Amino acid sequence: MIDLIRIHTGDIIFNILIILVKTAVVFGVAMLHVAYATYFERKIIGHMQVRLGPMRVGYHGLLQPIADGVKAFFKEDIIPLNADKPVFIIAPLIAMFATISSLAVIPFFDGFVIADINVGILFLLAMSSLGAYGIVMAGWASNSKFSFLGGLRSSAQVVSYEIAMGLSLVGIMLMAGSLNLTEIVKAQQQYWHGMFLVPQFLAFFIFTVGAFAETNRTPFDLPEAESELVAGYFVEYSGMRFAFFFLAEYVGMIVMSSISVICFWGGWTLPPIIVNTFPFLGEIPGIIIFLLKVYCYLFLFYWVRATLPRYRYDQLMSLGWKVLIPLALLNIVATSLIKFFF
Amino acid sequence: MNTVELFFAYFAVSMTLLSVLIISVKNPVHSILLMLVLFFHIAALYLFLNAEFLAAVQVILYAGAILVLFLFVIMMLNLKEELMSHRFINEWPIGLALGLSIIVFIFFALDKFNPNYKGTYTIEAIKAETNTKAIGKILYTEYLLPFEIASLILLIAIVGAIVMAKKEK
Repeated sequence: MIDLIRIHTGDIIFNILIILVKTAVVFGVAMLHVAYATYFERKIIGHMQVRLGPMRVGYHGLLQPIADGVKAFFKEDIIPLNADKPVFIIAPLIAMFATISSLAVIPFFDGFVIADINVGILFLLAMSSLGAYGIVMAGWASNSKFSFLGGLRSSAQVVSYEIAMGLSLVGIMLMAGSLNLTEIVKAQQQYWHGMFLVPQFLAFFIFTVGAFAETNRTPFDLPEAESELVAGYFVEYSGMRFAFFFLAEYVGMIVMSSISVICFWGGWTLPPIIVNTFPFLGEIPGIIIFLLKVYCYLFLFYWVRATLPRYRYDQLMSLGWKVLIPLALLNIVATSLIKFFF
Repeated sequence: MNTVELFFAYFAVSMTLLSVLIISVKNPVHSILLMLVLFFHIAALYLFLNAEFLAAVQVILYAGAILVLFLFVIMMLNLKEELMSHRFINEWPIGLALGLSIIVFIFFALDKFNPNYKGTYTIEAIKAETNTKAIGKILYTEYLLPFEIASLILLIAIVGAIVMAKKEK
């Protein structure tokens, strides 16, 4: 009996160890990606504007993200005198943990996911909506009008676009018949094109617009509109706390890209038609395919930022409520009808 | 006490403490933050009962949407004035009486509570079917009418809000 218990607790400890190792790997790789996502953003936007981007630190500025990280770490940390101190300190942590914990349910390749839960897609939506708290709290606690306006803008924006984004993913849930992200990827293999993008192109459009709004990226970066609000909700933040917001934004972008790759682009799989014609392509590890797809989607974020101007606030709201939500509802009705009759 | 009871005891105690804190802290924004923590505890309790769908919806709807709207309204208030106002309204004895009577009521109803009752949806059945599917099925077959009535009530509230917000020209 005692032996049995010992084996059992041994199993539990072993499982916990595996989860810890997996978490450490995902966290480390994600942090590295965040660092170099900033580098590539500056490089890509630089070249799009016929500049060179960072060039000084290392070969073609390759060590720039590390230099930035060291700088942020050693910078003086200032808390405004009239700020609400506990909330001011908690806010960046909420923003960061909400986005980082989303990484836990994302399957990066077949069988590799920290927590394979049945409601994975809902968990992602829940975490992305929690990120708004960090921003709102930061805006309020700073006790500055610029921050406050940024925080208010962000909360209204996130609440509105979350609905459209959630509804657009309902189409995917209907097609896959599951909320589990691994099963969503597997369900796409039944088509010759191997991705939900083709039947769910409308949902993909809505999701992409929603993803830009949720991550506060151009053209929906009103919460941090530099020209009107200085920097929006994080005006009063400095040093490491500022870096946390930065981190949250970039992890958020990576998470949104991953959701898009999993739900619309077939995750870690290649379209069956390509694999059947060129069987050697089936040998490529899933993680490489997944990451390449994520990079393409991240590139879209940078491309849009370099190309499009910022929306006006009323335009943003009417786009969300009067165009995207009705379109998403239409998509749900159409998908269910097609699924019911065919 | 086994782990299950320990787990439940933690959630019961901390949820009660949080609820008391929510109504007793002076700053409404802090109340909302505490409420966020409370909602997470509720979600965890749902997870504990194998109701993963409910847990996710609890976080998305209550923490993600409703509480943000609360926050939005509270931030619009002038906090300095709010902090000066009285903490109790004049009718507080009525509220106290109502609350006490509910406690007495629950106390006498306690021994009628049967923890061993098992319906068609046992934990095994739900695990086989997944929680989301089980809720969906039961909501759209057995409880279709109450479900539709609830959605109609919400629709009326939405229409009412729009009518009130619209200015007469």
